[in-house]
Amino acid sequence: MALLHTRRFLAAPRLAAARASSWWSHVEMGPPDPILGVTEAFKRDTNSKKMNLGVGAYRDDNGKPYVLNCVRKAEAMIASQKMDKEYLPIAGLADFTRASAELALGENSEAFKSGRYVTVQGISGTGSLRIGANFLQRFFKASRDVYLPKPSWGNHTPIFRDAGLQLQAYRYYDPKTCSLDFSGAMDDISKIPEKSIILLHACAHNPTGVDPRQEQWKELAATVKKRNLLVYFDMAYQGFASGDINRDAWAVRYFIEQGINVLLSQSYAKNMGLYGERAGAFTVICSDAEEAKRVESQLKILIRPMYSNPPLNGARIASIILNTPDLRKEWLVEVKGMADRIISMRTQLVSNLKKEGSSHNWQHITDQIGMFCFTGLKPEQVERLIKEFSIYMTKDGRISVAGVTSGNVGYLAHAIHQVTK
Amino acid sequence: MAASIFTAVPRAPPVAVFKLTADFREDGDSRKVNLGVGAYRTDEGQPWVLPVVKKVEQMIANDSSLNHEYLPILGLPEFRANASRIALGDDSPAIKENRVGGGVQSLGGTGALRIGAEFLRRWYNGNNNTATPVYISAPSWENHNSVFVDAGFKDIRTYHYWDAAKRGLDLQGLLNDMEKAPEFSIFILHACAHNPTGTDPTPDQWKQIAAVMKRRFLFPFFDSAYQGFASGSLDKDAWAVRYFVSEGFELFCAQSFSKNFGLYNERVGNLTVVGKDADNVQRVLSQMEKIVRTTWSNPPSQGARIVATTLSSPQLFAEWKDNVKTMADRVLLMRSELRSRLESLGTPGTWNHITEQIGMFSFTGLNPKQVEYMIKEKHIYLMASGRINMCGLTTKNLDYVAKSIHEAVTKIQ
Repeated sequence: MALLHTRRFLAAPRLAAARASSWWSHVEMGPPDPILGVTEAFKRDTNSKKMNLGVGAYRDDNGKPYVLNCVRKAEAMIASQKMDKEYLPIAGLADFTRASAELALGENSEAFKSGRYVTVQGISGTGSLRIGANFLQRFFKASRDVYLPKPSWGNHTPIFRDAGLQLQAYRYYDPKTCSLDFSGAMDDISKIPEKSIILLHACAHNPTGVDPRQEQWKELAATVKKRNLLVYFDMAYQGFASGDINRDAWAVRYFIEQGINVLLSQSYAKNMGLYGERAGAFTVICSDAEEAKRVESQLKILIRPMYSNPPLNGARIASIILNTPDLRKEWLVEVKGMADRIISMRTQLVSNLKKEGSSHNWQHITDQIGMFCFTGLKPEQVERLIKEFSIYMTKDGRISVAGVTSGNVGYLAHAIHQVTK
Repeated sequence: MAASIFTAVPRAPPVAVFKLTADFREDGDSRKVNLGVGAYRTDEGQPWVLPVVKKVEQMIANDSSLNHEYLPILGLPEFRANASRIALGDDSPAIKENRVGGGVQSLGGTGALRIGAEFLRRWYNGNNNTATPVYISAPSWENHNSVFVDAGFKDIRTYHYWDAAKRGLDLQGLLNDMEKAPEFSIFILHACAHNPTGTDPTPDQWKQIAAVMKRRFLFPFFDSAYQGFASGSLDKDAWAVRYFVSEGFELFCAQSFSKNFGLYNERVGNLTVVGKDADNVQRVLSQMEKIVRTTWSNPPSQGARIVATTLSSPQLFAEWKDNVKTMADRVLLMRSELRSRLESLGTPGTWNHITEQIGMFSFTGLNPKQVEYMIKEKHIYLMASGRINMCGLTTKNLDYVAKSIHEAVTKIQ
C-alpha cells in the first residue's frame, strides 16, 4: 500500500489532492430503506412472540413462505423438458406476454382480440413500471407530470423521477375515516391539467388497501376521460385482492371499454408467489395493431440498453400455468385460497379486537382489501407496538395482513387494544 | 377513433444482430449458416446447456426447501461474493482488504453496465455530471453506446482501437487518444476477447495503457463478458482487470455469465466495484441500491443460484472449468481450421488474424459488399462489419464457409 501512496504523491499537487482520496469520497450514504429497516430490527429481536407485519410477501397460516402447487408442477414440467438457455427476444416470451394481456384484458376484450395492444415482458412490477415511465419520458411530450394517489407505493416516486418525469398528487386516502376520500379525489382529478399522466392502482391499493367501489370507478373514468388524462394502471395483485381475477381487473377493463387507451403494469410476484423470479408485463393499449407495432419497436429500443432481454424462468413458469388448462384452474383455486386467508385474518382481527373490549370502530380493517391494511395507528402507537410487543410495522401504521396467522391474531389484537384504549 | 397520443411514434429500426437471426430463420436454403449472434453452438450447430448447469438445475429442482422469495436488492450474497472472486482472483489483495463491493447482481452484462453507468452519471466527477466524456472503442459492441446515452451521458466519444489496414490493435492511436482525453474521462475497456474484433492488447500493451490512465486520471470501466471463454483459462482472461487492481486503480468491472455458463436467458451478471477502502465502497453500494430499486427492485433468482452453487463447490467448480475449456477449445479448433482452409485455397490477403484473434468473434476484414454477397448469394449470415461468430462454424460447414469467403474476396471488391 505504501507504494500506491508514493505514486499518488508524485502527481501534480492540485491533482494529487483530487486523486489522493477516493473517487467516491463525496458519495453520501444512501438512506436506509424504511421497510427493510423494519425487517432488520425484527430479525434482531429475540422475543418469541415477535411478528413481522412489514413484509410485503404472502405467508401461510404457519407464517411460512408459500410456494404454490401449480408453480411446483410447472417447474417439474420445465425440468423434464430440458429446454435450451438461448436468449429470449427483447420483448420477452411470447406465450407469456400474450397470456398476460389476456389475463388482464379478458379473453372477450375487443382490444385483445383486435390486437391493438402491445405487451412486453418486464422485470416484475418495478421493471414494467420503469419501462412505461421511460417510454412516456421519451414519447409523451404533452406533459412531464405524473399524478399519484396520496399515499402511494413508496417506490413509485423514485421510479418516475429517475425516468425523468415529475411527481404530483391527488387526494385519495382519508385518515379520519381510514377509507377513500372520494370527493377529495374527484375534486383534485377534475382539476388536473389536460393530458397529464395519472397513475391508478387497479386493485388492492398499496399501502392503504382502500379501493373505489365500482360506481366510484365509473365516475373516475368519466372524469379522467373528460380531462383527457393519460391513464397508467399499476396492477400488482390481480386475483390476490378479492380472490377473483375478473373482479380484480374490472376497473382496467371498464376504462378500456370506455375508450380510454391505458398503460398497464402487471406483476406475478404476489398472485403466483414468483417474487424473486421477477415475472411481470407492461402493456400499451393502442389505436390499432399498426400503432402497436410501432410502439413495440420503441419499447425494444428502450429495453436493450437496460438489460438486453428479460429472464426466462419466472415468465416460463407463469406462461405454463396460464396456458395449461388444468394448471390454470389449480392456480385460480390457490390464488383464491391466499386471498381468502387474508380476508379471514382481517375478520378475525376485528372480532378479536371486539373481544378485547375495544370501543374503536375497526370496520376499515375488513373494508380494506389486499395484502396491506392502514390500521390508523399513530406513530407513537406503532412505536409502542414495536418496543413493548415486538410487533413490527412501518411508522405509517401499515400492516401486512399476510404476516398475520390464526396463531398470532389474538396476540396482535391484544397488543393493538393495549396501545389504543 | 380519436387521434392517439402515439400517432407520432416512429417505427424504430430492429436491432441489427437479432434481425440477422430472424432473416436466417426465414431462409429456406439448406446450406445456410448463421455466423451472427454471439451464442455458443456445438459441432452439430446446436445450443449447449453445460452439463454442470444441468446437474445444478436438477439439484435446485429437487430441493424442496428452496422458495421464490425476493432476493436482497443487491442480489444473492453467495453469488455476489463468488462472482467478484472469479474476476479478481482468490488471493486478490482488494478482496482481502475488504475494498470490493462484491458486487451488484445484475441482469446480465448489460444490466451491470447500465447500473454502473447510472451510478457514474450521478456520482462520478462531481454530482450528476453528464458532461464527463465516455470513451468507447472503435469499434465496440453496439449496445455500449446506447447504455451510456440512456444513462444520461452527453459526450460519448470513440478511441482508436482497430487498425483495419494491419488487422490488429492500433495501440499508438489508442494511447494518443488517452493522452488527449480530458482528465477523469471514463474508458470502457474489454477485459478480454474484444467484441467485435477479437483483438486484445498483450500484457505489455495493457501495462502501457494502465500507465497512461493512471497519469491522466482516467476511469477504467471493464466489460468482462468472456472470462474463461477466450483462452480457456479464467485467470489468464482476467489478467488485465487484476493488473489494474494491483496498480491501485478504483474501477468497475461488468461481468456476464451468459457465455461462460451458457445461461443467456437467465440474465446473470455482476458489477464488481473496487474502491480505495471499505468505507467508500459501502457508500457506493448504498447508492447503487437506490438505482437498482427503481430499475428492477431486486434481481432474478434462478441464474444466480446456479452460478453460486457451482462456484462454491470445489467439485462443481472443477466441472465448470472443464465445460468452459471444452467451449474455448472448440472455438480455437474452428479458428485454425478456417485459417488453414483459406490459406490452402490461396484466398487473397493474409489470414493469420483468424488464429491470432481470440474469443467468440473474428473480424474477418470482409467489407460490406462482400458481406452482402455472403448473405444473399451464399446464405451465410454475418454482421455488416465483417464480424463472424466462430461458434457458428462446424466441421460440416467449414469447407462451404471457406470457399464462400474465397469467392466473396475474389469476386467482390
